[in-house]
Amino acid sequence: MVKITSWGRLSHLEHQRVLLSDCQQVAKQLQQHQPGIAHGMGRSYGDVCLNPNGVLWQTTSLNRFIHFDDNTGCLTCEAGILLGDIQALFMPRGWSLAVTPGTQFVTVGGAIANDIHGKNHHVMGSFGDHVKHLHLVRTDGSLIECSPTLLPNWFAATVGGLGLTGIITQVSLQLQPVPGPWLDTETVPFTQLSEFFALADSSESTWQHTVSWIDCLSTKGRGLFMRANPCDIGPNLEPQCHAHTMRFTPPLSLVNGLTLKPLNSLYYQLKKWRAGRSIAHYQAFFYPLDNLLHWNRLYGPKGFYQYQSVVPREVSLDAVAAMLAAIKQSGQGSFLAVLKTFGDREALGMLSFPQPGVTLALDFPNRGDKTLSLFKRLDAIVREAGGRIYMAKDARMPRELFELGYPCLNEFLTYRDSGISSSLSRRLMDY
Amino acid sequence: MTNTSKRIVIIGATSAIAEHCARLWLSNQSVDLTLVSRDLAKTQRIAADLQVRSPQSVIRILTTDFCDAQAIQHCVADIIAIRPVHTVLIAHGTLPDQQALQQDLSACAETLMINGISPALFAEAFATQMQQANYGTLAVIGSVAGDRGRKSNYCYGSAKGLVERFVEGLQHRLAHTAVKVTLIKPGPTATPMTAHIRNMPMAKVEDVAQCIVTGIAGGKPIIYAPTKWALIMLIIRHLPRCIFHKMNI
Repeated sequence: MVKITSWGRLSHLEHQRVLLSDCQQVAKQLQQHQPGIAHGMGRSYGDVCLNPNGVLWQTTSLNRFIHFDDNTGCLTCEAGILLGDIQALFMPRGWSLAVTPGTQFVTVGGAIANDIHGKNHHVMGSFGDHVKHLHLVRTDGSLIECSPTLLPNWFAATVGGLGLTGIITQVSLQLQPVPGPWLDTETVPFTQLSEFFALADSSESTWQHTVSWIDCLSTKGRGLFMRANPCDIGPNLEPQCHAHTMRFTPPLSLVNGLTLKPLNSLYYQLKKWRAGRSIAHYQAFFYPLDNLLHWNRLYGPKGFYQYQSVVPREVSLDAVAAMLAAIKQSGQGSFLAVLKTFGDREALGMLSFPQPGVTLALDFPNRGDKTLSLFKRLDAIVREAGGRIYMAKDARMPRELFELGYPCLNEFLTYRDSGISSSLSRRLMDY
Repeated sequence: MTNTSKRIVIIGATSAIAEHCARLWLSNQSVDLTLVSRDLAKTQRIAADLQVRSPQSVIRILTTDFCDAQAIQHCVADIIAIRPVHTVLIAHGTLPDQQALQQDLSACAETLMINGISPALFAEAFATQMQQANYGTLAVIGSVAGDRGRKSNYCYGSAKGLVERFVEGLQHRLAHTAVKVTLIKPGPTATPMTAHIRNMPMAKVEDVAQCIVTGIAGGKPIIYAPTKWALIMLIIRHLPRCIFHKMNI
């Protein structure tokens, strides 16, 4: 048994880790060790990848490429391969993942199971939209191959299915052609929320990537709107990237009442001063936090929560303003506050998170009941707005809000594998 | 392309450490790579992966009986016949549970064979060929377990100890030639081979492979991977028996 935690570091409980390293052996291993849940890099924030006192099927050694077609950009690989490995290998060859989240240290299987999204959702949809085919091994030893056209219901249950329909072992992905690893970026400061929405509306047709940082302590909702398009700047000069490591966990969260306000102001003013157009490497634009390895330790020994919700576009201005007001009033805040509009494309997964609207993601140091009671107020706003909460980030959402937010839940449950169970599935779906 | 690219041979190509070494060798150059193993299907999957990573590289697969001296002789002769070799990495091994081996003498014999005699025979066959060519690097994976016999794994450890003495002899024999002989001693590494061992901190296989590839490029005679194991084993080798025998290691 080893102590395992997820990215939020809220719990450090014992798990039995079973290393999956050979696709051909997976069925046998699952039959021998169950119930369990697939565990890749443990980058989801809450309990979707945890199964305390039970089995974790470690997938990161299933990390082989199988085939790549240079003409079509179709990549077949095992599911434990990291998105960063795909980007590093194929970006110089002119191909990129169509959708990538804010970190490159996640597995392909995890990206599908959580149907992750990126800064280009309004153009490319979510990760599942670019999966052409996948192999799913069930704990009874059977293999299901599915795609958007082959057993499409199994596919829709598995994309965004939180690993609960089986173990994804092999995947075919459609990569996108890109001119190279560089992006033409622009940072536009805004001083209130309505400006954010105007910027989002005017940017979506001409910019592939858009995302905003928002100062959740400001009264009106000031922030920085960042947008980017791939660009060709000729020879590929690789930038010198030096990642730093947070080597220890401080005894107290370094993000706290004393540090947050000056930190937010400094970041806003610095970025405002340096606003405008610039050329950025894809790693710097897509994965800024990957430059500080183990940044989650900044939040101290008690860990942190991330609260990410999406609300429909019609009510988004009021709902986001109400959430920011509730946060400000609670005296708790977040440095990592991200606001992003989703496109109109409905995600194909039964439990996929993205839906047309606006998503707000916020980190909060774990301050126990105080933090949880703030979440109750945020839940009420999300519920009234008809929104939902992202399970890849969640460690505490109430069951009724989950059921309201995910109307395809009952259909999904018929595809579950009875030998698979996670902390999250027991919390929200009986077993 | 084939005639100018670096020729690398990996014996025991399904070893996780060897596979990661191959990925590193292929990451910045096209290589003429020969993978030798006992498991054809698994090696084909590894070869497919390496081919995606390096489309220009030439990758060949050979299977042979690793416990038969004649088969080893022929296998090495076949490899050498194609082209001289720049680097050979002998990497195969198994790590059964020591207590189970104490109950089963045949399993004990197999363990000594596959971890000790087999790599020594491969090394001998390549050394003779490489000495004639007066060229190349021969690297053999031993283990920190070969440094001192311990109750937790002396069957495996003694076979690795055999490899160490054998490589030492080859280094002595080839000292005045251009052939370099390297002994690699990995510490506990997180691979499928060690997946059954609990409660022991393990090095990441990527880090161990990086250490090996850098060490081979630098022509080191002995590579501890990660390097800290050189110090740890120095201490363990020199512990007086009265202390050593009280330790549960």
